[in-house]
Amino acid sequence: MNLSIAPALSVQSVSLAYGEKLALDKVSFTVFSGDCLILLGPNGAGKSSLFSLITRLYDTREGSIEIAGLNLKRNSSKALARLGVVFQQSTLDMDLSVERNLLYHSDLHGLSRKLAKLRIQEELERQAMFDRRHERVRQLNGGHRRRVEIARALLHKPNLLLLDEPTVGLDMPSRKAIVEYVHQLSAEQNIAVLWATHLVDEIFETDQLIVLHKGTIRFQGSVQELLEKTATPTVADAFQHLTREGK
Amino acid sequence: MNLPHYLRALRGISTRELLRFVHQRERFISALVRPLVWLFIFAAGFRSTLGLSPTPPYETYILYEEYITPGLIGMIQLFNGMQSSLSMVYDREMGNMRTLLISPLPRWFLLVAKLLAGTLVSILQVYAFLLVAWLYDVRTPPEGYLGVLPALLLSGLMLGALGLLLSSFIEQLENFAGVMNFVIFPMFFLSTALYPLWKLQESSQLLHTLAQYNPFSQAVELIRFALYGQFNIYASIYTLSALTLFLSAAVIGYNPSKGMMQKKGGKS
Repeated sequence: MNLSIAPALSVQSVSLAYGEKLALDKVSFTVFSGDCLILLGPNGAGKSSLFSLITRLYDTREGSIEIAGLNLKRNSSKALARLGVVFQQSTLDMDLSVERNLLYHSDLHGLSRKLAKLRIQEELERQAMFDRRHERVRQLNGGHRRRVEIARALLHKPNLLLLDEPTVGLDMPSRKAIVEYVHQLSAEQNIAVLWATHLVDEIFETDQLIVLHKGTIRFQGSVQELLEKTATPTVADAFQHLTREGK
Repeated sequence: MNLPHYLRALRGISTRELLRFVHQRERFISALVRPLVWLFIFAAGFRSTLGLSPTPPYETYILYEEYITPGLIGMIQLFNGMQSSLSMVYDREMGNMRTLLISPLPRWFLLVAKLLAGTLVSILQVYAFLLVAWLYDVRTPPEGYLGVLPALLLSGLMLGALGLLLSSFIEQLENFAGVMNFVIFPMFFLSTALYPLWKLQESSQLLHTLAQYNPFSQAVELIRFALYGQFNIYASIYTLSALTLFLSAAVIGYNPSKGMMQKKGGKS
């Protein structure tokens, strides 16, 4: 496969079961460079399970996942090198400085110290956090910690940015800032974004959507198509409509 | 992935571990106070009740304080190994572990790097303890202070690997109390840390056998001989074998397709 034109993420017929319980049932979708795909689903829809598979916390047993054309199971290290992740819970070291946290990540991705410092400056400046690089993470508020985590996820220039409900617990201005920044990233830097959320106000009109409910994809397409298909006036109504019925 | 990448990752993991240790001053103090309490109080109390005849590596009669020093060094490394495993369970619950596991490096390497970093921390603790012991006049031959370093590396890795293995099984932090009761205490008391094997044999053949095959005993003996500039080949092979066994099992435990991660995967 020509890696340069491969989708940033390709998920094909992925299923996952915990014992008897089916968490994901033949889920398939692709995300291309520059796309912002919103994975919308209520709690327990299977979003976290899907993210666990894409981040290879455990192997995909049924179906396949490719990141930038690289099979996650066969070529895991190379595939993971193309992936940036912001987890739902903060995964920064609270007692270390912002810069130290970012250097740790750069080391894990094998960046030289010189390049790492350059990228750290670049990413932090873009989010107006560079002046705070020597502060301990504990001193930052929730919104600023999230900014640092997004900066961290971008240090190694990934093709795909994965965000697992990154705005949970943040106040409105912080949420808005992050939503806008990530959309700007996908548009201006051609990064593919997969954003899991259950908050419909984080969706832009230009976004692609997947509605996941009880482990299956209930809808896949643009915002406009969603409204037309469900004959509802808002995304919130459409979401409610699609997730109301049982399986 | 090339060699510089591996080395940078190792640097990153070790620096993080060392900085975390430096920032957690209470952890350092308690790591130091625990063996010192044993040395200053327990050993002083036991000095008169426990008669020790000269056995290798000792060439003459020694004070009890001197006898239990290698055992207390082992204790520092045992606790540190378990503490690392505790922090891995914590990291997993808090999600920090995932930032490590999604790094573009083989998982076995990430675990070994984490293990090495933890062992480095334990070696620092040991030398801090040896310094206080030296000031307290519990001293070994000067060459022992350097000679013990490879032994500390091996024993630290073995005990750390045991912690790593346990952390792949422990689902929640609450279960960690069980590790104290079922791993740390039996391992420590059923070993040559506090009394030589022949003393145990006088009391119970069963306890003697258990202590003899306890990998912690062998780690303590390795350290004991190294502190006196001697190489205990049996203890080193035994410790190395235990390290290989524990580490292999831990790597399987953390394997995304085989081990416990399959069961834990549902949690984020």
